[in-house]
Amino acid sequence: MRSPLRPLTRRGLLTGTLGSAALLATAGALTGCGTKGAQQTEAGCKSDDLSATEKKLAFSNWPQYMDVDEKDESKRPTLDAFIAKSGIQVTYTEDVNDNNEFFGKVQNQLAGCQTTGRDIMVLTDWMAARMIRLGWIQKLDKAKMPNVEANLLPSLRNRSFDPDSELAIPWQSGLAGLAYNAKVAKEIRTVDELLTRPDLKGKVTALSEMRDTMGLLLQSNGHDPANFTAAQFDDALNKLKKAVESKQIRKFTGNDYAPDLAKGDIAACIGWSGDVIQLGFEDEKIKFVVPDSGVMLWSDNMLVPNKATHRANAEELMNYYYDPAVAAKLAAYVNYICPVKGAQAEMEKIDPDLAANPLIFPDEAMLSKSKVFMALDEKQEKEYEAKFQQVIGA
Amino acid sequence: MTALAHVPTSSGQPAAPPAARRGRYRLLPYLLLLPGAAWLLIFFALPLLQLAAASLYDPSGSLSTGYALTWAVGNYPDALQAYWPQFVRSFAYSAIALVLALLMGYPLAYAIAQKAGRWKNLLLVCVVAPMFTSFLVRTLAWKTILSDNGALVGLLRDVHLLGPDGRLLATPIAVVLGLTYNFLPFLVLPLYASLERLDYRLLEAASDLYASPLRAFRKVTLPLSMPGLIAGTLLFFIPATGDYINAELLGTPNEYMIGNLIDSAFLVRLDYPQGAALSFLLMAAILAVVFVYLRKAGTEEVL
Repeated sequence: MRSPLRPLTRRGLLTGTLGSAALLATAGALTGCGTKGAQQTEAGCKSDDLSATEKKLAFSNWPQYMDVDEKDESKRPTLDAFIAKSGIQVTYTEDVNDNNEFFGKVQNQLAGCQTTGRDIMVLTDWMAARMIRLGWIQKLDKAKMPNVEANLLPSLRNRSFDPDSELAIPWQSGLAGLAYNAKVAKEIRTVDELLTRPDLKGKVTALSEMRDTMGLLLQSNGHDPANFTAAQFDDALNKLKKAVESKQIRKFTGNDYAPDLAKGDIAACIGWSGDVIQLGFEDEKIKFVVPDSGVMLWSDNMLVPNKATHRANAEELMNYYYDPAVAAKLAAYVNYICPVKGAQAEMEKIDPDLAANPLIFPDEAMLSKSKVFMALDEKQEKEYEAKFQQVIGA
Repeated sequence: MTALAHVPTSSGQPAAPPAARRGRYRLLPYLLLLPGAAWLLIFFALPLLQLAAASLYDPSGSLSTGYALTWAVGNYPDALQAYWPQFVRSFAYSAIALVLALLMGYPLAYAIAQKAGRWKNLLLVCVVAPMFTSFLVRTLAWKTILSDNGALVGLLRDVHLLGPDGRLLATPIAVVLGLTYNFLPFLVLPLYASLERLDYRLLEAASDLYASPLRAFRKVTLPLSMPGLIAGTLLFFIPATGDYINAELLGTPNEYMIGNLIDSAFLVRLDYPQGAALSFLLMAAILAVVFVYLRKAGTEEVL
């Protein structure tokens, strides 16, 4: 064997370094002056509405967010009824798994004023707010959606990113609050208990979703998540930091806390009402708690992106799903908070137990404790998100 | 790779073919290379260039205003300053995992190659079989194995290796175990290929010359398995260092590795310059480690 690597050493290293420098230089030359801004305006990105001639609608939603027939999973009763009634052919795709991931999927098209091939996409409040801020969302015609106008829950009106409810129409809503497994932990009442009680040490998780976790902490400090200052945010963040440093908080999670809570690896957590109800059906020891200081109310919203060519069809579908009878059927399947007034009365006919469940039809007392996180501008979003990520360790 | 080195080249052949034929054949290797090269250019080199440019964008840019290329070299020291602990952690975890994997993998590869007899193929399938399920599913399975209320933790508590409230999940131990398990086959397979070719008569000769078994291993087996060992350690170490699934699923934020930060920079914080700078820093750090390693352990066959 020849003596290894002798020729590679110095010359190789030098070539490598020069090569990398050349690579960077070419990169700079190739991409010229960086990237263009993603900001658009609705007017600058106008598209014709072909709804009158094309009875079509492409609808992107999250998995398990639409009722299916118990006997035949390929049938979707409420959606099929809409197709039959309106004659609009709906292409329903369950391709939203994660807000950030979906943003990555459509961002190049929307930033470049191109079509995404979707007429409705369902995204969570903060992502909807970001897209609205970037000018990527079409304004809807409220006159074509009388049901929405009449039946949208009052607590979901007047949201800061869409004050007139004409850009983002809630599909389903939910609460972010506390949950615990009574097999391994005593009852928990407040956020402070979650963050400091010694018997829970190392068995607590919080959500990596900044608005939900920080919203609850802001409320526990007596501040309003819908309207807070940078100093108040820092206060709440310090509280969280202490809990992380004392190892009270085991980790930050997305939906994946649910199986761990069921197994008892996690005793208590910040979680979402929909998940916890589902777990509660299987094991009544798993309970959702609305802390006295307040809970966070979030929604997943139907949005019509720029360059979507079937806006009127989309409006017809939104109007249809705000019919209380339809909304009740949907809520009976998905078990999230129904954003439609009057659906509770309809639910009585389907399943009285569900109609009485405050996590599907919250009562006034609960709604008065719920807040929607304030809309952030780009600078705030980046700053807060960076601070929060620093504390949760990413 | 050894085999290729011994293929006689046209210049070494005593009777050269006629010039016209040789001319035609001279181009052939390049033509054969073309699809692969085009693939690499479009899907590897160009994105890499784009990433390199992104790492030099003005960090004060944003999604809505766009990013200007201002040759902001400061992104690199900034990223390093903010996240050096995660860098150190990434290398520490994958180094520990590598040692564990070597302790398990070398005897395993040796046993399969030299001692397994007719079970050889079955054992090889056993090493590869876990790869038939997705990486994610395998890692999730480890969550069940290491669960606080699982059998393993119960046993460790009973023998007082863990305190009554001790746990494995969400600790550095779980992350290192996950890394070790997930990348073990990448270490074992090249090692097996090397050890399988080991001529047992060489060991007999060593013992005829009064070498102790240990010495025979050190002087015969180990040097002959070097190419497999080096290829295996590289195949293990490089992806393990950049991994983020194990830290995400089995660890906590306190165990996050550099991959987790790159993921969050690109997808959550939308800080593209920082994400790109972190990616290049990771590449540079791995290249540096590999370079030093190859100089020390040295074999040209890997390069």
